[in-house]
Parts: sequence; structure tokens; C-alpha cells
Amino acid sequence: MKIPTDLLYTKDHEWVRFNDGIATVGITDFAQGELGDVVFVQMPEIGSATSQGDAFGSIEAVKAVADLYAPVSGEVVEVNSTLEEKPETINSEPYQSGWIIKIKASNWEADKANLLDVAAYTDLTSA
Amino acid sequence: MRYIPNTPDDREAMLREIGVSHFNELIESIPESLRLKSPLKLPNGKSEGEVKTHMIELARKNRNATSSSSFVGAGSYDHFIPSAVNALASRSEFATAYTPYQPEVAQGTLQVIYEFQSMICELFGMEAANASMYDAGTALAEAVMLTFRSTKRSTIIIPDNIHPSYRRVTKTLTRCLDLNIIGVPCTDGKLDVASVEKELSDQTAALVLQYPNFYGIVENIEPFIQLAHSNKSLAIIVADPLAMGVLEAPGSFDADIVVGEGQGLGNPQSYGGPYLGLFAAKQKFARMMPGRIVGVTKDVDGRRGFVLTLQTREQHIRRDKATSNICTNEGLCATRATFFMSLIGPSGLRDIGNACMRRTAYLRDELARIKGFSCPQDGPHFKEFLLRIPGNAESFFEFMAERGILSGVPLSQLGLNDPHGLLVAVTENRTQTELDAYISLAKTFSKEYAHAVPASA
Amino acid sequence: MPSPHPLKQLQSETQLIFELSRPGRTGFQATATPASLPHVKLPSTLTRKTAPRLPEVAENTAVRHYTNLSVRNHHIDRDFYPLGSCTMKYNPKVNDELAAHPGFAAISPKQSEASSQGAMELMYELSSALIEITGMDHITLQPAAGAQGEQTALLMFRAYHEKCFGKPRKAVIIPDSAHGTNPASIVNAGYEVIQLPSADDGMVDVGALKNVLNEDIAALMITNPNTLGLFEKKILEINDLVHQAGGLVYMDGANLNALLGIARPGDMGFDACHMNLHKTFSTPHGGGGPGSGPVAVKKKLEPFLPTPVLVVLNNKFHWEWNRPDSIGNVHSFYGNFGIHVRALAYILSMGSEGMRGIAENSIINANYLRVMLADCYQIQQNVPCMHEVIISGSRQKARGIRTHDIAKRLLDYGVHPPTVYFPLIVPECMMIEPTESESRETLDDFVDIMKTIDKEVDEHPDELLSAPHLTPVRRLDEASAARTLDIRYYK
Repeated sequence: MKIPTDLLYTKDHEWVRFNDGIATVGITDFAQGELGDVVFVQMPEIGSATSQGDAFGSIEAVKAVADLYAPVSGEVVEVNSTLEEKPETINSEPYQSGWIIKIKASNWEADKANLLDVAAYTDLTSA
Repeated sequence: MRYIPNTPDDREAMLREIGVSHFNELIESIPESLRLKSPLKLPNGKSEGEVKTHMIELARKNRNATSSSSFVGAGSYDHFIPSAVNALASRSEFATAYTPYQPEVAQGTLQVIYEFQSMICELFGMEAANASMYDAGTALAEAVMLTFRSTKRSTIIIPDNIHPSYRRVTKTLTRCLDLNIIGVPCTDGKLDVASVEKELSDQTAALVLQYPNFYGIVENIEPFIQLAHSNKSLAIIVADPLAMGVLEAPGSFDADIVVGEGQGLGNPQSYGGPYLGLFAAKQKFARMMPGRIVGVTKDVDGRRGFVLTLQTREQHIRRDKATSNICTNEGLCATRATFFMSLIGPSGLRDIGNACMRRTAYLRDELARIKGFSCPQDGPHFKEFLLRIPGNAESFFEFMAERGILSGVPLSQLGLNDPHGLLVAVTENRTQTELDAYISLAKTFSKEYAHAVPASA
Repeated sequence: MPSPHPLKQLQSETQLIFELSRPGRTGFQATATPASLPHVKLPSTLTRKTAPRLPEVAENTAVRHYTNLSVRNHHIDRDFYPLGSCTMKYNPKVNDELAAHPGFAAISPKQSEASSQGAMELMYELSSALIEITGMDHITLQPAAGAQGEQTALLMFRAYHEKCFGKPRKAVIIPDSAHGTNPASIVNAGYEVIQLPSADDGMVDVGALKNVLNEDIAALMITNPNTLGLFEKKILEINDLVHQAGGLVYMDGANLNALLGIARPGDMGFDACHMNLHKTFSTPHGGGGPGSGPVAVKKKLEPFLPTPVLVVLNNKFHWEWNRPDSIGNVHSFYGNFGIHVRALAYILSMGSEGMRGIAENSIINANYLRVMLADCYQIQQNVPCMHEVIISGSRQKARGIRTHDIAKRLLDYGVHPPTVYFPLIVPECMMIEPTESESRETLDDFVDIMKTIDKEVDEHPDELLSAPHLTPVRRLDEASAARTLDIRYYK
């Protein structure tokens, strides 16, 4: 199971990559493994607001469904349209082409304090 | 106990294996005070012969469509059922199987449902159909809930020419949601654009239309659907599947959801159930649909196979966030409908439709000529029409029933305030002899009884 | 390529009825309409332009097609079907024959009461029997299925609190072992769901229940025996606690088979319960319906029953519509009458002693399996169970084989697997409900198969991981089905 060191995480198994005010969000390798074959991702509309800790969409496997929680507050500026045709990308490349949404963060410094670093997330998944 | 194989000896031996000396040791978890001290107050078990005698005695107390001529409709119709439908549906393989949760040993059921979904899409001109709902009323209620969720608007317009039972069921099943159902009055059984337009608002989730409507009139639903869409509302059509061989498909008019009663597709009337709620929608609503859906896939050897799909919508996975609480569909009724549609084919459906329309037109024309009778609603009719009786419609029904004809449904029986109105249904099963007998008895009624209560009363 | 092997034939890919279709063929000839009857011309906008592409096949083609599809199903007349919570008992043939009698099958729900007295009497007789069996005061036969019964009862609960106390309450409690329909029905009835963790013994945790009970709680909804197949020992205390807090208690009757003639929900203090005629009362499951889910209630809920209510008036059966406090209709007509016919025939066949015989034999059969399987499989609560036994595949999982694989392997042995992975609170769960219909020999065969599979876990794990091998199709790609969503033939 891969847990990249350059990302931050939530306890709900989302990861965040922050660059120039934009937070790219996906689910972790651990999460995709627990869910199994991803068949559908329900994504928010571009322009909609996110609030840290609130659900912004959901992800469906064959016999499981999980809500997706926003790791940061802000505005959705892009959704990964590849997932509409190939949701299984999340299984094969959870940290790269399987990203889900990009959020223009409105309160990054404060939100960041609530996220887990790689050590904390590793603890969470090995508990 | 002819359905329980184990004998008292078997039971004794099994109790020994279990390690108890008496059955009661197995139910010690039931508090003593709750255990019944005396047998249930039910009769002793009867032989199969006795059961049949008793039940058939009850059956004989009913008039039925094989011993009387039935013109009774209002949502349940005496359509023809080919013998092959009964023969196939009585196969244990279909009748005694459970929901297809293990697809490897349920391909029969699953493929039939896939074929059913495909045929329902064809009838209604829609892109996605589910494996069926309980009946038309519950299908309409589910459609209403879907539009409520998807538009995030709270008002549903259900005009007065929608079947009153469907309106009532929808009202009951949505009564705890923050949803507002409003009616629209009709003139001569028909809806006009201006009255619907008046009711539209930015809170209108959906407009419901029935096609043909409750009075059997085929209205042009297209302008109403356009009106709903121009208001960003959805259009739900309650359509008669048996009319789809002759009437343009609701999908051609850009309907968003089509529901309907599938009883006439090879299912007996059975005093109101089990019936078959049809549910079809545009593809974009597939993931929000209630009920079971079957999809195609392949097995590990590359063979085509069928599975329940989009299961994450359903209650056994999504629990309190499910699209509906529905668990079973009406599997065997949908199976019968599939056999029926396969047998009749496109030409049969068209012929049945024409047969209904021509018989209806004949009876309606002839009855309207009889003194005191009238058919006040104009427009094309499919298989049902409103007849106004010179006198009380319930008395007319009794008069006809005594003479072997179940002549229709008095509107008063449907909760509508019209003592003279009788809703008359004419299916392809009615022969010219039966139609002429109806006409002739109506003439007698007109002569002998009409004077008792003037039509204007 | 044609193949002479019968199993190969069963395993060859089937055609769809649409693929058998040839233009101009038909399996139906409409009776001609007499020429003297008028022709009807619809306005062109309303006339169908393109005929629906229904199959065009002769009757014999359709019959052969569907007969060949039918044999690809497992079903109760073929072999053991121990699906827990589904009560796959034998469906007596006489019941189907009676339901098809024209005096029942060819009657309209909208013909007059005078011409339907036999049907109404039948429903009255069934109602009385079910009231006696459940120990309740009143009943509605209208709900078309168990889930609809749940919703009907919850709507009545809501109406009761509104009428008697001025406002509805907010939430309904369920244990975490509840069927998925329970929370879905609760939400449909406008309530919030409060999920209560079960105690270690699988029972309702009375302490935890006390903590969540307050004036916002409309009801507790539980299955008894619960989904672990155990009777809730403290049911009287539980129901008292809920009543003291002003709430109502609902029993999901999915497992009523265990209680027939032994104990009654009404005596336990339940205010309402549904029963599944398609489980407890032997009506065929039909590959997923039609079912029937009557709801029996205590007197205080009677004003809220769905309309119409069947009553006796001047020695005639009558549908009473004028009931101002009713929640309204939940079905277009009176419910699934064809199912009511079968259920009454079954109750008459079994009689009073037969009812108890059903419960006793189903309990003995379940306990027999519990004891016989205990060598090889983890038994979650190895105490006497009611009509179903919960086993866990955790020992096999530790050796690399999951319950899912065991279930698939059972198919190769001609047996339908138990309900798996439910209740959610038991790991690698298998929920086995043998019912009273099965003989000791069938149970012994099943035990042998289960033991053989346990051996295969060590000896031929690949056989299990790739099972089934002998079914019409093998493991199916459910993920691809959900992604591509091919749900109709003509695209």
C-alpha cells in the first residue's frame, strides 16, 4: 500500500496535494483497496462551494458506497472528467490520474492544521 | 402435515443429536410468560380436498369476467391472456426462485428481466426501465419522489384527470416529505394549457399527465410537456402500455419519466393485485431510479451474462440513503408481461389497440344515441369512456349486473361526486354480441327505469 | 460450435429473444374486429410512427426460449435454498391452482361489493387468522411487500403521535443488525434513523437503549427473533421502556416463522408488526415478488389504518372509506389479493397444530445444522437458536478462503448458498435458514457438502477461488456491468 510522503491526508482517507492555492483531492490507495472496483464517482458541479469535513460527492463500488469529504474549504474549480468514463482509474492510479476534484482553497493555513501528515495517516491505516 | 417431511421419530433423533431431551429446551430464551399455553384459535388442518371445497365456495360468491361480460375498468382490465403465458409462468423455475442474488444460478430470471426492461423501453420510447414496482400508484409515488430529489423543488402538479387511486397513493406515500401536491381542474375530462400554466412556479418539480387519461381520452400531452420543460420542471407520464401499439410513445414527446400499470400485459385482474408498476426514465435518471435493474456483463470465460446492477442505490447497501425502500419488485408479474409481449409482438400490440378503440367507439356511439344517455366528453378515446346515465349509475350497474353484464364503474365508487357518471371500459375481449347486449339492455333501462330519476337531478 | 455434451449445452451462451426475432413472425392472432364497427383515426401527432421493437417470434419459439432460460435458475422445487431471513419454504401447488380459479383471478377490484363478496370474505378470513397468529387487534392486507408494510406502520405511528399528542416525533431507533429496508422505510416516513449497537451477545443493549430514549423518539423497530436468529430475551423490558418514553414498538415480521403457535408479537407488547406472506405463509417468491406485507396493529392504531378498511355491515362485507384519521391508500386497490388467496389456503391446510409444527420443525432443523456444522465452522453464538443459525467463515478466511468463495462453491454442489455478509455485525457471515420444509436427509447432505468444502480450503483452494465451475455461467464481472450500464437491448 502506497502512502506518498509529499501529501496531506484526512481521517476519511482523502489525500490533498497543494500547489499555488489549488488543492487537488483524491482518495488514498488504502481507501480504493477497501472499496474494491470503483464503478462510479459522483462529483460536484464546478463553482460549487466546499467546506472542510462536509461531503462533496460519493464514490461507488459494486456493493459499497462511501461519501467523499472535502479536506479543505473553498470552491471547486475542476473535476476529473476522466472518471466519468473510467472510474477504475481510481483503483489503478489513486494518486495521479485518479484525482477527483481541484479546490481553490479559501482558508488553507487553518484547514491545513486539521489534516494528517504521512506519519499520522500511516498510523491510522495500520491501527 | 403434508408439507413437513420430518416425522416425530426424525425429530426425536435430531433432538438427541442437538443434545437436548425436549423441544422446549430450544426455546428457553422465550420468557415463560410469553409462551402460548394453548393452541392458536384456528381450525384444525384440512385435507387438500377440503381446502379446495372451501375456497371454491368463496370463489363462486364472486361474479367474474368469464361468467359475466365485464366492462369494468378504472385501472384494471380484462385483456386477453395467451395460454402460453400461464403455462410458462407456472414453471417452478420462475415461480419458486428467490430474488437473483446469486447470478450464476439465476440467469433465467435475470435474462427475463433484462428482456422486460428492453421491451418497456421500446413501448414507452424511453432509455432506462427498472425491473418493476408494486403497481401504477406506487410507481407514480416513486416517480414523484425522484423528481423531488433531482430538482430540489417541492411542488408536484397532479391534475384531476389522473386516476384518483394513484393520486391518493402518491399523497399517502409522500405525506412525510416536505412536498406539496396540487391539483388542476379539468373541463370535460381534459386539461387546458392555461390552467396548468397558472399553477407552474419556480418550485414546480414535476407535472404529471395520464395518457390516455383517467376518462379514457387521448389528450395531446406534447404542449404540456413543453410547458413543464420551459419552466425547468420535469414531466411524468402515466401511460397505458396496451395503448402503445397505436399511440405515439411518450418518449417521442420528450417525457422524463413514464410509469404505468402493467396488469394488462398478461396478468389476471385478481381483485386488484398482484399488479405490475412500470417505471421508465431518461438515461440521466438511471442512477436515481428506485427498484432493481439488470445489466449485461461477461463471466470469467467471456460468456454474456446478466447481473443486478447499480445495487448501491438500493436499501440493502445504502440503507437510510437509498433511493427507495423497495426490496422486492413484482418479479413474476414482470415475467408474465415479458412472455406476453414476446408472444403478441408489435403487430399484436397494434391489433389489440385498434380492437379496443373500435369496440369502444362503437359502444360509445350507440349508447349516446339512446334517450337519456350521453357521452359528454369528446376527443379520441382508447378503451374507456364516461357515460352519463339517466338515473343513478349504481342502480344502472345493479340492473345490468342482474342481467349478466358488469357495466362499468360508477364514479361515486371512485370517490368522485357524480351520481350519474359511469366509467365504461371495452377491451378486445368483448364480442359484438356482448356489445349489442349492453346496448339493448341500456335501451330497456332507458324505457323502463329512466323516468324514476331525471338525468338533471 | 455445436457440442454434444448436455452440460456444455447448459453452459453455452443464450440468445436474447430479440436475437430470435424475424420480421413478420408472430405468436399471436387477435380476434378480428367485426367489419361493421367504426374505424378510429387518431390525430397524426398522437399516432405511433415507429412500432415498438417487440420480438417477432412464433408461440413455440417463445415457449422454447423461455423454457430453456428457466432451467438456468435455482429454485425451491429443485433443491435446498437456505437463504437466511428469506424463509424459502415449499410453495404448495394447490395454492397456485386456487389463485388461478376464475372466481378469484378474473374479478375486478372495481366491480361492485355485491359481486365481490366471496373475495371480501376470503380477505376477512385471512385477516382474522393473522390477527390470531400475531395476537394483535386489527390488520390491513394492503401493503404489497414487507418494506411497504414497514412504511405503512411508520406512517400510522406518525399519525398517532400527531393526533394524540399534537405533533409527530422525530426519530426511530433500530439495532445495527437491522435489515436495510428498515432505515430506508424510516427515512421515507420522515424520521431520522438512530442506530443502536448490539450488545456482545447480539441482543439489544438495554443500557444503550435507555440512553437514547427521550421524547423525540417515535419508535423502536426490531426484528424478533433478531437477524442472528436469537429471541430477544428482554423483549418485555425493552418494549416497556419504549412505551414509558411515549414511543411505539414495531416488529419486523421477517422471522415470524419461528414464532407460529409458540409466542405472539401482540403479547410481547408490540404495537404493530408486518408479516411477509411470501415467507412465513408459503407463497412463491416469483424470482423477486410479488410478495404481500400485511400489517397487524393494536387497537390504539386502528383509526389510522389505510383506507379502505374491510368491515361487516348488515351481514355484508363492506369497504369503509370514510375514515378521517386514516393515512390513506398505500396500494392502488386492496393489496396483492392473489397472494392472499394462497396464504389463506396454506393456513387452512396447516391448521392450528400445523402452525406450531412449522415453528418447531424450523427451529429443530436450524439447531441441528448448528450442532452438525460446529466442528468445521465458527458458530457466532453457540447457544440454542430459533429458526436460523448464523455461522462465520472466519476460520476459513484465516486459511485464505472467504465466505464469498464458499458461497460460490456451494453452487457447484447444487445448493443455493445461505444469505452471506448479513447481518453486518458478524464477520464473514453466513445466515442459514433451513425452514421446516427440509428433511433430515437434506440437512445431512448439506452438512456433508459444507464439510467437504472445508476440506477443499486446504486441499484444493484454487477450486474454491475460481468457483463456480458447473453453473450456466461462471463468476460475472459485476464491476463492468455497473460501469458500462447496458440495461436495454436496443440502444
